[in-house]
Amino acid sequence: MTTLPSFLRRHDLLAFAILAALIVIVLPMTLDIFRLNLVGKYLTYAFVAVGLVLCWGMGGILSLGQGVFFGLGGYAMAMFLKLEASSPEATAIQSTPGIPDFMDWNQLTELPAFWIPFQSFTFTLFAIVALPAVLSGLIGYAMFTRRVSGVYFAIITQAIAAIATILIIGQQGYTGGVNGITDLRTLLGWDIRSDSARYTFYFINAALLLGVLFGALYVQRSRLGRLMTAVRTSEDRVRFSGYSVAHIKVFVFCFAAVLSSIGGAMFTLQVGFMSPTLVGVVPSIEMVIYCAVGGRLSVFGAVYGTLLVNWLKTSLSESFPELWLFGLGGIFIAIVMFFPFGLAGLYTSAKDRLFRKRAVEPSAGSESSPGKTPSTSTTATSGTTSTTGLDAKVSAT
Amino acid sequence: MSIEHNTSCVLAIEGLTVSFDGFRAVDDLDLYVDEREIHVVIGPNGAGKTTLLDLICGKTRASAGSIRFRNHELTKLNENRIVHRGVGRKFQNPSIYDDLTVVENLELSFPRGKSVFGSLFFQRDNDVVERIDEVAEMVFLEDHLTSQAGLLSHGQKQWLEIGMLLIQNPELLMLDEPVAGMSMAERAKTADLLNRITDNRSVLVVEHDMKFVEDIADRVTVMHQGAKLAEGSMSDIQANPKVVEVYLGQ
Amino acid sequence: MFSDYSWSELGSIFAMQGFAGLILFSVFVLMALGLAIIFGQMGVINMAHGEFMILGAYVTWLCSGLFETWLPALFGGYFFFAMVAAFAVTALLGSAVEWLMVRHLYRRPLDTLLATWGLSLLMQQGFRSIFGAREVGVSLPDWMLGSIAITDIIEVPINGLFVMALTLVIAVSVWFLLFRSSFGLRTRAVVQNRAMAGATGIDTERVDRMTFAIGCGIAGVAGSAFTMIGSTGPTSGQAYIVDTFLIVVFGGSASLLGTVAAAFSISQAQSTLEFFLSGSMAKVITLVTVVLILMIRPEGLFSPKIRR
Repeated sequence: MTTLPSFLRRHDLLAFAILAALIVIVLPMTLDIFRLNLVGKYLTYAFVAVGLVLCWGMGGILSLGQGVFFGLGGYAMAMFLKLEASSPEATAIQSTPGIPDFMDWNQLTELPAFWIPFQSFTFTLFAIVALPAVLSGLIGYAMFTRRVSGVYFAIITQAIAAIATILIIGQQGYTGGVNGITDLRTLLGWDIRSDSARYTFYFINAALLLGVLFGALYVQRSRLGRLMTAVRTSEDRVRFSGYSVAHIKVFVFCFAAVLSSIGGAMFTLQVGFMSPTLVGVVPSIEMVIYCAVGGRLSVFGAVYGTLLVNWLKTSLSESFPELWLFGLGGIFIAIVMFFPFGLAGLYTSAKDRLFRKRAVEPSAGSESSPGKTPSTSTTATSGTTSTTGLDAKVSAT
Repeated sequence: MSIEHNTSCVLAIEGLTVSFDGFRAVDDLDLYVDEREIHVVIGPNGAGKTTLLDLICGKTRASAGSIRFRNHELTKLNENRIVHRGVGRKFQNPSIYDDLTVVENLELSFPRGKSVFGSLFFQRDNDVVERIDEVAEMVFLEDHLTSQAGLLSHGQKQWLEIGMLLIQNPELLMLDEPVAGMSMAERAKTADLLNRITDNRSVLVVEHDMKFVEDIADRVTVMHQGAKLAEGSMSDIQANPKVVEVYLGQ
Repeated sequence: MFSDYSWSELGSIFAMQGFAGLILFSVFVLMALGLAIIFGQMGVINMAHGEFMILGAYVTWLCSGLFETWLPALFGGYFFFAMVAAFAVTALLGSAVEWLMVRHLYRRPLDTLLATWGLSLLMQQGFRSIFGAREVGVSLPDWMLGSIAITDIIEVPINGLFVMALTLVIAVSVWFLLFRSSFGLRTRAVVQNRAMAGATGIDTERVDRMTFAIGCGIAGVAGSAFTMIGSTGPTSGQAYIVDTFLIVVFGGSASLLGTVAAAFSISQAQSTLEFFLSGSMAKVITLVTVVLILMIRPEGLFSPKIRR
């Protein structure tokens, strides 16, 4: 195992391989492009859920407004694509050619100033990362330096999500209103509605997600990850160990925001539009439940949770639309009350039951070498014992 | 009020006052801690001892007065900045990370990588490992390195917390009732530990156990109703009629 | 925009908007009072609070239909009956919810938030299945329709006055209940020191359940009032939940007076702005201001000074 990065454990690698195989090989081979595109859409939600694992599961910061950041990335990409689709030739029949159709319908005669920079793809990519980082940084800094607690923070993020939705819908000349930004056609000249484009975006999305998982795992297993767990359970002690709790919280909140934004941008590319229905309170809270179903502390669980809930949603709401809302409400309640460890918890207990004999080993290892701090490799084993405890133990928030 | 620059004085508290809705928990207190001194604060319940520690470490803001630690004014700083200056505080109830092992508890307190990015890239190298071993041995936990901290005995948790402070190499160590809940043997070991660590630091202790105080104290301050009642060596205090009255009058 | 109107016209506009704002304020107060009791006193976030309100609205609608068909002679006074029924039904449901779900989650406030959100989804779908997806309108008795003219220009709708009077009565009753009755004493004891309250023989579980039920009951009555200013549909509760939480937090969740003051300022700001800007911008500016103030002073307007 000397070639492995030191922070990855054997079971991490296995989980990574299984997920990668699933989304890169199994699904593309067994599903038609329509359904694969749907899976791609679900995987964009997974970006948000993974961010919430760090932010909420580990750090105890419940944000009910991740949709806002999802929307930032999504709208940024949509604005770029819309501008590309609104060239003067393509919009010749409008009263004002060269601007998006919905602006024309709302009697705007020129492109609003804040749209202009999105004519550049480089700027758009930069904005997808920078805008959520700045916004979440400001919000986080204002609140965490004042020690705003979990519940108040959740309510304020919910209000921000509501504000964003009202703003977008109300200013339809500038944002496309309640319908959002639609009728997107090409990315840098390449038709995004073709099957080949959809396949490409799917794989780009999958690769990005796997990369993000890698990064999230690194953070989880680093000292910063241990710190976030410590902050969630003993905030004062962390402060008195010389750390700035506010900085830690701001960082993890920003990290989750940027992840959500990337997901939003990939959503626009794969689905071909962006609307306020993905920005507000309802989708934001739904994305929290994806994370909770996964087990809250597991980044892989977050992906599976997202896939599971969305698959249920699609199958149930087609055949039994009434049943779906009952089902979703029931999922919220059941997860919170009966399955706080979610899918990851089910997986761990199944694994423990299967491999009960193997579980005795790590403690034997520590008994045989008392009196010395274990070196890095045995630390991994004893670390596994304790962090499994961490993983499985969902502290009361 | 100017403060005399006394080079052997690590901590200089003058005129310290804090009131909560009119109640003066600490009232115009003066207290000085010298280098390499173990200074113990005693007093009946409600005298303001824990509040005093809260004020020094930054948990509570003072209403008036000054706290100078090696000529740095502490009253305006945040908790983590005060820790960086070299002040470590142990709480009354063992305040450790229950979910993590002893090693991880000590490692988190290691004074490197305290910024967000520093902690992101922190590696457990040989320096860290050696120092953890060293401190674990000092606090009698060398055989329990991989135990989960939440499963330690009460006395061991106290030692772990002291270890988490020692690993930061503070110049001033503040302990709030460090031997509460410990057996006689454990108290003796703790007294031994405290006497050993004063080579390059001072210790400010709040305690009730008089035998323990006798074993460790260089100087004792008695607090009563937020103010200083008496100060001196242990024998001075025990002979002081005011102190006797306050204690026996309970 | 201001220059289009003369001073007296402006004054009348402000007065009329003020009255419109007062009606909104009354509904806000009723909703926020119920939530302030549950959140401020118990620390429980009930995301289904809007749905409890709509339940009260539906009960009112049922009563109006009932009286119209079976007891037309008594139709004039049906509203009072409806309010009592709304209170009873929502309080009963609140009691059941507390017993089944909330009481297991007291030490996990963020999880309570998620669980009650699930409950709100269940209730919304329940409304849709039972009452249909379309909005229903409540018919009011004649004496409650129309308006009273105070001056030439200023007219005040009667139902608005009714709602304000109702709010006043309920707010005062709640205050009496919490601060002057023995039940209120027991509730405050449980909130401030649960262990001691239990040790002195107070049945803390029963107190919790009744407190939660009363908070929901008040939401039910708010729902009755709500039928006069808006139409009732399965998702109508969602529109106000964000405002209501902000009001409770803005007022400093421990203080009833703060809640009232916060409801007043937010509703007045919104309705005054609404006259001069579009509805959505008025709401956005109001909410943004509240959020900014909360970021600077998270404990709200009226909370006691914290120890640091």
